[in-house]
Amino acid sequence: MLKIKNINTYYGQAQALKNVSLHLAEGEIVTLIGANGAGKTTLLNSLSGVVPTRSGQIIFNDAPINNLPVHQIVRLGISQVPEGRQVFKPVSVEDNLELGSYLHHRILGGARDVKKNKEMVYDLFPILRERRKQLAGTLSGGEQQMLAIGRAFMTRPKLMLLDEPSMGLAPMVVQEIFRVIASLSREQKTTVLLVEQNARAALKMAGRGYVLETGHMILEGTAAELLNNKDVQRAYLGRDKKEIWER
Amino acid sequence: MFSERISAGIKKKYGKGKQPKFGEERSVNVINIFQQLSFYGGYFMNIWDQTHECMARDELEQLQLERLQAVVNRVYKNVTHYRKIFNETGIIAEDIRSLADLSRLPFTTRDDLQVNYPYGMFAVPLREVVRIHSSSGTTSKPIVMGYTKNDIKIWSNLAARFMTAAGVTPDDVVQITFRYGLFTGAFGVHYGAEAIGASVIPMGTGNTDKQIMIMQDYKSTVLVSTSSYAIALADRLDQLGIDPKSLSLKTGLFGGEPWSEKMREEIENRLLLKATDNYVISELIGPGVAGECLCKKGMHIYEDAFIPEIIDPETGAVLPAGAEGELVLTTLTREAFPLIRYRTGDVTSLDYTPCECGRTLVRMKKIMRRSDDMIIVRGVNVFPAQIEDALFSVAQGETPYQIVVEREGAMDNLEVVVEVTDKIFSLELQKQRSFLETIKKRLASVTGINVVVRLVESKSIPRQQGRIQRVLDKRQI
Repeated sequence: MLKIKNINTYYGQAQALKNVSLHLAEGEIVTLIGANGAGKTTLLNSLSGVVPTRSGQIIFNDAPINNLPVHQIVRLGISQVPEGRQVFKPVSVEDNLELGSYLHHRILGGARDVKKNKEMVYDLFPILRERRKQLAGTLSGGEQQMLAIGRAFMTRPKLMLLDEPSMGLAPMVVQEIFRVIASLSREQKTTVLLVEQNARAALKMAGRGYVLETGHMILEGTAAELLNNKDVQRAYLGRDKKEIWER
Repeated sequence: MFSERISAGIKKKYGKGKQPKFGEERSVNVINIFQQLSFYGGYFMNIWDQTHECMARDELEQLQLERLQAVVNRVYKNVTHYRKIFNETGIIAEDIRSLADLSRLPFTTRDDLQVNYPYGMFAVPLREVVRIHSSSGTTSKPIVMGYTKNDIKIWSNLAARFMTAAGVTPDDVVQITFRYGLFTGAFGVHYGAEAIGASVIPMGTGNTDKQIMIMQDYKSTVLVSTSSYAIALADRLDQLGIDPKSLSLKTGLFGGEPWSEKMREEIENRLLLKATDNYVISELIGPGVAGECLCKKGMHIYEDAFIPEIIDPETGAVLPAGAEGELVLTTLTREAFPLIRYRTGDVTSLDYTPCECGRTLVRMKKIMRRSDDMIIVRGVNVFPAQIEDALFSVAQGETPYQIVVEREGAMDNLEVVVEVTDKIFSLELQKQRSFLETIKKRLASVTGINVVVRLVESKSIPRQQGRIQRVLDKRQI
C-alpha cells in the first residue's frame, strides 16, 4: 500500500535521511527502531508531509504523494499521531476529537460520520467518554495519548503513523495503548507504522521492522528476526540483556 | 481459502469484471487454475513460504531494494574488505538507488575470500557466530563461512522451501547421505527436513550396504544424496538382487554436483522416485539458494534472500535475461557472512517466465559446467559436459569416465577414458569395436576435434572420496 524509494530529507544543510526505502503492505504493523537522532521522526514527518523531502519517491496506493500539502495527504488516508501527543490543551476532549475530523465537517460526509467516528473512539477508549467535557490539558499523560490516537482515528485513516506512543507513560497505561493499537489493526484493518523507544514491546506487536541508524536503513526483517539480531539487542533492547562478557 | 484462491486466479487471468461466461470455458478454466494451484503430476505441491515464494514482481523488487540498501550499509560498516574496496572505487551506499545500480558494485571473488582467510569477511564479532563451515579447498586455503543464530533459522526455512517444493511433507522419513562435517550440504537439508517436521535419518556418507538396510527397514521415503551416489545405490541394489519396488522411496533430492537429464531419467527409473535438483553453494549459505519444484523446469532462486545476476565471465558485463553466463549472487538476509556480487563460477541462464507451480521466483537452468572448467585443446573450446552428454547417450546410461588432457610436443591430446561396464563388457568384440567407433565419431562431432577413446577395466579410474576427477589436465603450460 505504501512504497518509499530512496528518500532524502534535509534540515538545512544537515541530511537527516539518506536514501531510505521502506514498504508497508495493507493491514501490517511495521515498527521503525533506531537510536535518538537516527531519523525516525523525520521519516514519519516526511511521509505525512510535515517536512519536505528533497528527492525520492513516496507512493501511496499507486499514487505519488511526495511534497503534497499535509491536508491532502490526510485526505488520502494517512494520519499521524505526533510525538509528545500535541493535544489542544485549552479545549475539551470532544472538541479535540472534532478538530481531528475537520475534513469530515468541511468536505467528506458531514455530521453523521463525525458522530459515528466519535462513538467508535469512545468505544476504544471508554475513559474519554467519561471525560468528554473536560479540558484536554487536565487529562493525565496516558489519557492525552489516548486522545491523540483517537483524534488521528477520527479521519478513519488507512495508514496511521504513531510516533513514540509509549513515551513517558506508566507501564500499565502503555499496555492499554498497545492493546488498542493492536485492535485498530486487527478490527479496523488500519495499517500501522510505529516508531517506538520501547523496541521490545514494539517488536512483539509488529510483524516486521526496520532499523535506522544515522539516517541509513541498516536492517529489514521480521519482528522475530530483529528480536534475535545481536546488533538490535545490543543497541535497542539494552536494559534486559546481560552482557557478562563485555568489560 | 481454496475458493478464494480460485477466484483470485480467475481475476488474475481475466482481469476485474472480465470473468468468463458461465459454461464450458469456465470449467476448462477451473482445471487450468487447479494446475496453477500446483495440482501437478498427481502430486499436490505445497509451498513453504507463500508470502515470499509467490510475491508479485514489483513487491519483490521493492523488498530486494530495501534489503540490498541495508546490506550495503551493513557491509560498509562492518566488513573491512568492503569498506576498503568501496572507498577505493569511490562508491558510497547512497549510490544504490535501484536494483540496476547493483552492477556498479565490485564483484566478490573466491580470491577475496581466500585473502581474508579465516574470519576477515565476517560482518559480526565471532562471539555472535554459532556455526563455522568451510569449503573443501581443493586448490589452496579453504574458505570459512560463519552463521549467526538467525542465519541458521533463515537457512532452515530456505532449505524447507525446496524440500517442500520437491514433495517432502511431515510424513516423510528423510535419509541424508551427505557428509556431515565442514561441508554445508548435510546440515542444510537436515535443518530443512526438521523445519518441515519430517523424520531425519542423519546417515552421512558411505557404507552402502548399511544405507540400503536402513532404507529397507526404516522405510525411508526421501533420499538425499549426490546424483552419482544414487546411481551407486541403484547398482548395489541390482547386485544384491533387491527390487526397488520393495523400498518406500518416493522423493529424491540431488545436489552438490552437476548431473544431466539422462541421469535424472536413469535415477527415476531405477530407484522409482521423483528426482529434483537443488543448488548447493556453501559460500552463500549451503543448500537453500535454489531448488526445483515438481515441474522440473529449472531451479527457483529464492530472490527475497539472494539477488541473481548473469554476467559475461570475461568482461564482467551484466547480460540480459535469458542469456547464458556466469551466475553472480548477492546475499540479502545473511547476518554473519554477507556477500556482495559473489562470482559463483557456475554457468547458467535465468528464466523469468511464470512457473506452473505458482511460484513467481525466477528459475535458473541446471548447472552443467563452470565458467572456468572449459578446456582449450588445440585452440578449440571443449566443455566436459558436452562430452558427458554424448558419451552417456551412446552408452545408453551413466558410465564412469575421465577426460585426460595431455601435451605431446606442441600438440594437445584429449583422451576420454571409459570404464567398461557390464553392459559393454557383455557385447561381442565386434560390437565393442563399433561402440568405440560410435563414441569417437560422436565426440568428434560435438567437440570439433579428434578425441582418443580408451576402454579400461571397471573401477580402474582412481577415485577421490568416491568421485572421479572428471577432467585431468596433465598439460604444463
